[in-house]
Amino acid sequence: MAKIPLHFILNGEERAEFVDSGATLLRLLRDKTGDLTAKSGCLQGTCGTCTVLVDGAPRLSCITLAEDCDGADVETVAGLAAHGQLHPLQHAVMEHFAAQCGFCTPGMLMAAKALFLTNPRPSREDVVEALSGNICRCTGYEPIIQAVLSAAQVMSASGPGAA
Amino acid sequence: MEIRKKYFADERNDDLKEIGQSRQRSDALGHVKGITPFYADRAIPGLLHIRMVRSPHHHARILGIDASRAERHPGVRRVITARDVPHNVYTVLSLINIGPEDEPVLAFDKVRWQGEPIVCIVADSERAAYEAAQLVQIAYEELPAVFDVEEALKPGAPLVNEYHGQNYYRYDSGESRKVILGDVEKGFAEADFILEQRYQASPIEQAPTETTGCVVVPDQNNRFTCYTGTQAVFFTLDNSSVILQVPGQQLHFVGGTAGGGFGGKVDCTTEPIAILASMLTGRPVSYIYNRYEEMQISSPRAAERIYLKDGVMKDGRIVARQVRCYVDSGAYSRHTPYGTQKAAAHFPGPYTIPNVRIDCYCVYTNRTPSSAMRGFGVTIGDFALEVQMDKLARLIGMDPLEFRFVNAYRDGDMKAHHQPTEGAALIECMQEAAEWADWPVDPRCMAMSSREPRRQP
Ligand code: FES
Ligand code: FES
Repeated sequence: MAKIPLHFILNGEERAEFVDSGATLLRLLRDKTGDLTAKSGCLQGTCGTCTVLVDGAPRLSCITLAEDCDGADVETVAGLAAHGQLHPLQHAVMEHFAAQCGFCTPGMLMAAKALFLTNPRPSREDVVEALSGNICRCTGYEPIIQAVLSAAQVMSASGPGAA
Repeated sequence: MEIRKKYFADERNDDLKEIGQSRQRSDALGHVKGITPFYADRAIPGLLHIRMVRSPHHHARILGIDASRAERHPGVRRVITARDVPHNVYTVLSLINIGPEDEPVLAFDKVRWQGEPIVCIVADSERAAYEAAQLVQIAYEELPAVFDVEEALKPGAPLVNEYHGQNYYRYDSGESRKVILGDVEKGFAEADFILEQRYQASPIEQAPTETTGCVVVPDQNNRFTCYTGTQAVFFTLDNSSVILQVPGQQLHFVGGTAGGGFGGKVDCTTEPIAILASMLTGRPVSYIYNRYEEMQISSPRAAERIYLKDGVMKDGRIVARQVRCYVDSGAYSRHTPYGTQKAAAHFPGPYTIPNVRIDCYCVYTNRTPSSAMRGFGVTIGDFALEVQMDKLARLIGMDPLEFRFVNAYRDGDMKAHHQPTEGAALIECMQEAAEWADWPVDPRCMAMSSREPRRQP
């Protein structure tokens, strides 16, 4: 099977890997880079546990071809805490008990981060819409919605560009 | 959170240290950093992958299995069939003396439900395993199948599970788990009204976001480490030890971190076969359900059919309750004989009724084996009971909450299981709920106490 060379940025660091033609971004992340934060809940684009950012947009990495990410800027939860400081979203999820089993949490966090990039002051409806592709079977969603709303408040209070 | 002082104040010292306090989860930091180690979250070089060949039929005799093309497929390391499994026929609850053993790890003579595993492919890649699974040829003779619990109990119904010899689990109390108090027929004869209703629930999939599975790594010294999402680590270790006929100390289970389970991860369906594959190949092996398998193959909450018959007086007292409950175990026992027993114990609900007759049947059908899910054996029964309570209240023209006050059990009341009630607090819970829900009830109800014996009429 043909191996394809890839250059991309992962959480701010330059990476180069060879991938099989047809391999997914999720496989690239988990099998090649050792970043295990994106989860495989369904491998068919229906649950959102594999959500990462590609060039700032949320992507289901289980149905994104790795070869399409050549030159891309990829972000995962592993890059969310900057300089050892938790991101306000991470704080808020802890405070609001928005992670129970924690399996959906990385995908939820990345979907929320993507929302903040385009919409730093989201309404409740905006949050629900942004998370609507991410399934959580434990929390009943309300604590997650509250966490995202409260993180948005914290971030807009600490000024633009905080995301 | 607030702790109400007005109930049972004399029974407590009010020196609680943890209750009433909010505490952070011990795993929250790992969750938000994405570093909580779920079973699949380990980089393991040389990992092999399992794919199962499963029955397309609900009920069929297996006439022959030809896996030779699969064995020759590039990337295939091993093909496992029933004869490779040291103790192939097992039942998970044999650990607590529930038998007979009634389920094969890999089917050999018959398949009893659609999706039953027959041949296990172990290959270098998931893709090779999928491809090889398509190449296995199995000849079947289809048999008549039964999908309905009451049909399954009729004479002449197809026999689902030969290890039982009949389509129900035989308890020491006979064909059903029974609870009997007083004389229901006498109660019905006295009653002002009688209401009989049928309630039917579907099987329910737990659908955790992380699918069922495990990763097994061979250690030195013939020891195997099994990273698993099971909710029942030691139980699964012990069952694996029985199935593989190896002492427990050869198995090292790492678990306790489940990406959701809700009862769906207690059945030991992936670990024994993945450990066996690792033993036979000397390689690390992963066996992970895909989402289709999680929804279709993993055991759901059992479907139940419940017949409730109540005799009630105009003043609100229920004087007789008869319950017939058929729990659909699917083709095998797993945890359902226990769930059915729980159902029997849970009826007739938190009410004091002088005449009770309960029969709960654990029935075998050609459906996916059922097992545990949050409050299994109890939840569906509660739904039926409480819908029935509303209907009874309507029948006699009484407020549904007041109707429950009249029947609520109190300290000292004889329960259907012949145990006196102790520590009841249902009345107080309903008083509090009535206030919160702004659902005014008669002052007579607000003056009741769980500690005062009910007035005998
Ligand atoms: S694993 Fe990608 S959407 Fe479910
Ligand atoms: S916390 Fe378990 S799925 Fe969301």
